[in-house]
Amino acid sequence: MNLLGKLSWSAIPIHEPIDMIASGLMIFAVIAILIWITARGHWPYLWNEWLTSVDHKRIGVMYCVLALVMLLRGFTDALMMRSQQAFAAGGSHGYLPPEHYDQVFSAHGTIMIFFMAMPFVIGLMNFAVPLQLGIRDVAFPTLNSVSLWLTASGVLLTNMSLVVGEFARTGWLAYPPLSELRFSPGVGVDYYLWALQISGAGSLMTGINFTTTILKMRAPGMGYMRMPVFCWTSLAANLLIVAAFPVLTATFAMLLLDRYLGFHFFTAEGQGNQMMYVNLIWVWGHPEVYILVLPAFGIFSEVIATFSGKPLFGYRSMVAATMAICILSFIVWLHHFFTMGAGANVNGFFGVMTMIIAVPTGVKIYNWLFTMYGGRVRFTAPILWSLGFMVTFVIGGMTGVLLAVPPADFQLHNSLFLIAHFHNVIIGGVFFGAVAGYMYWFPKAFGFTLDERWGKAAFWCWFIGFYLAFMPLYALGLMGMTRRMERYDVPQWQPWLIVAAIGAVVILAGIICLIVQLVVSIRTREERRDLTGDPWNGRTLEWSTPSPPPPWNFPTLPRVTAKDAFWVMKNARQGVQPRAYEPIEMPANTATGFITAFFAVVTGFALIWHIWWMAGVGLIGAFVTILVFAWREENELEVAAAEVARVDRSYRAGPA
Amino acid sequence: MHGETAMLPDTEAGPASRRIIVGYGFWIFLLSDIVMFSAIFATYAVLSRATAGGPGGPELFNQVSVAIETGSLLLSSYACGLMSLAIGAERQAPTYLAAAFTFALGALFLGLELREFAGMIARGATPQRSAFLSAFFTLVGCHGAHVTAGLLWLIIMMAQVATKGFSPIVCRRLLCFSLFWHALDIIWVGIFTVVYLIGIRG
Repeated sequence: MNLLGKLSWSAIPIHEPIDMIASGLMIFAVIAILIWITARGHWPYLWNEWLTSVDHKRIGVMYCVLALVMLLRGFTDALMMRSQQAFAAGGSHGYLPPEHYDQVFSAHGTIMIFFMAMPFVIGLMNFAVPLQLGIRDVAFPTLNSVSLWLTASGVLLTNMSLVVGEFARTGWLAYPPLSELRFSPGVGVDYYLWALQISGAGSLMTGINFTTTILKMRAPGMGYMRMPVFCWTSLAANLLIVAAFPVLTATFAMLLLDRYLGFHFFTAEGQGNQMMYVNLIWVWGHPEVYILVLPAFGIFSEVIATFSGKPLFGYRSMVAATMAICILSFIVWLHHFFTMGAGANVNGFFGVMTMIIAVPTGVKIYNWLFTMYGGRVRFTAPILWSLGFMVTFVIGGMTGVLLAVPPADFQLHNSLFLIAHFHNVIIGGVFFGAVAGYMYWFPKAFGFTLDERWGKAAFWCWFIGFYLAFMPLYALGLMGMTRRMERYDVPQWQPWLIVAAIGAVVILAGIICLIVQLVVSIRTREERRDLTGDPWNGRTLEWSTPSPPPPWNFPTLPRVTAKDAFWVMKNARQGVQPRAYEPIEMPANTATGFITAFFAVVTGFALIWHIWWMAGVGLIGAFVTILVFAWREENELEVAAAEVARVDRSYRAGPA
Repeated sequence: MHGETAMLPDTEAGPASRRIIVGYGFWIFLLSDIVMFSAIFATYAVLSRATAGGPGGPELFNQVSVAIETGSLLLSSYACGLMSLAIGAERQAPTYLAAAFTFALGALFLGLELREFAGMIARGATPQRSAFLSAFFTLVGCHGAHVTAGLLWLIIMMAQVATKGFSPIVCRRLLCFSLFWHALDIIWVGIFTVVYLIGIRG
């Protein structure tokens, strides 16, 4: 019996120079950071205040940090693809061999969706939703920490594949039969499956947590029709998580059974059915698109209303449109594979349903435009990202409606036209939204604003870079270029691909601007302190707290009497000043999340490499961790009334 | 604060009590679990005729055994209901007794299910034989895995009752267990209908 399963020295890609340089840099960076933390003696602070924290604000910040780091990783993959395709025309093979190129595009999609977009959006929800609802924490704070660390486990496993073994070469959704053992015998698909099963469990817990929080824990007076729109869109996104992620779990479990135990769900043998995988994965996959973009819509709603100095136009229609999209997103999945051959009537139904989604989305666009109309718009960095979104997303939406026409889709599916379309909506929608939210809520989280000039520079680089990088792909799709080509024989395509590569470089400049913005802002933070807690003249409850808010957010729960609760309070000058302070019970920090996730990584790694004893150790470890948590006596810490009063009075006395 | 909020409608009354929040959250989890099962049910429905020349439902299913399984699982839920009453009255001895019946009947269900699986495998009807059998073992086995987890959970909860008594947190966990155990019945009714009743017609 082999104690290390399939693991051996040959798993280290010594003969692949690009792999070795990348993993070397990654390991070097991680070690450098660890040494820096140790040398500065930051471990106790990091462990006590962050890694074991159950505070929704800190968990939100950690999600966003994870997302930004993974943005760098995913974007590196993008640069590699763009440069490969810019060179590999005619007889040239470029610099990436096919098996490596296939891993690059698979990793790019997986990382950008699961480990960049998802954590970014969930991080912003974590940070802002409880504050906007006027409450102190989410429904299940410890579970929230477990969710975060399970997501981080998925990230770790995915990045481990760079150093030990390989990643999937199957594309970001791992369609069988290619992803079955017969055609993908390596560990790449197993890395993909276990990383996503583990982080998917975390996402599901987040969905349960936030659905419960929003439906059962709002400040007194905050009826549904008084919730900020970001809370509504977060509710919709979390309902979608609860309804869609279990399908992903089941689908991946079936593929795992095929690969590990020789089942025949999706194999070519034993009457397995490959198209069933494709159906099931898109039953999750289409709602997933809305899980990402609906919270972004909520962010734009908050940003546009705040910086226009007006209440959001058509609040009720915004809510109705959000919930309509929430339901419609479940009856369009088949448009991802019209070519399956389901017949004209089925394709027609799904095509029409897809086009109908454009209606509530259009309602939202008009609502944002009418919110700005007649307002005193302040052209800050967050509003620039919002405007860029509106232009870009409308174009992406229209090409989406084009693709929803089955005959057109028969021509365009699997082409670069499709790639251009979904980057058009995901970068223009989800990413622009997440960055707008990041710049909007940053002062609330850290107590100082971000530099506006670098923020605007980042926007213009991203905006222009996006059009340079993706408009050529529409043209190439119409010229017949399919996706995922590692080299090609049509010389006419090359100029377009060179333009696209230049676009990627401009986006790189945008990313550098984002980093510089952060560094410059931290260095000059004393000048940019926000002492008011309300740097943007905001409308919702998060701006009624100090920046950064104390762990308990609100000294007493606010009484909500209308929409835009804080705006109404400010105008009524009805001070939020509480008469009497009471002690507050706060959930105690716990290492449960971190330790559970550690054992999840051990289990995942062991299963990937067929090291069965280690998988057992990991599972038992996770089980014992949960048992210890279940027997813990101290679940809550009490903050004394005097401390609550001290913090609140010093905030009120501060800026005046 | 209670005086002020008493007149407000439910949706504006402020955060709900801990018991409601926990129960509600667990309901949402159960819904997500049922969604997961629905994906497996759909898969089973698609593959139920994909026998690849191997045995199908009519040759494999033993309705007598399945009827006893169903009976024991439903009676187990009845015992679980009695346990909830005992917990409500904070009486330890009846709680343990009802829990013992819940456990024993659940274990009987699981034993019968494993015997059915072993019999099928002995006849060559393994999950590797055909897509139909893959789906059968996954659907029924996933429910069985849930029952196993439930039994383990029940043992842990009895240990918690013994060490911590009927503290609010233990009672909330017992409430969740009871919801879980009843949800498994609902899923079993689905399996009984879709797999064993419809499947027997061949």
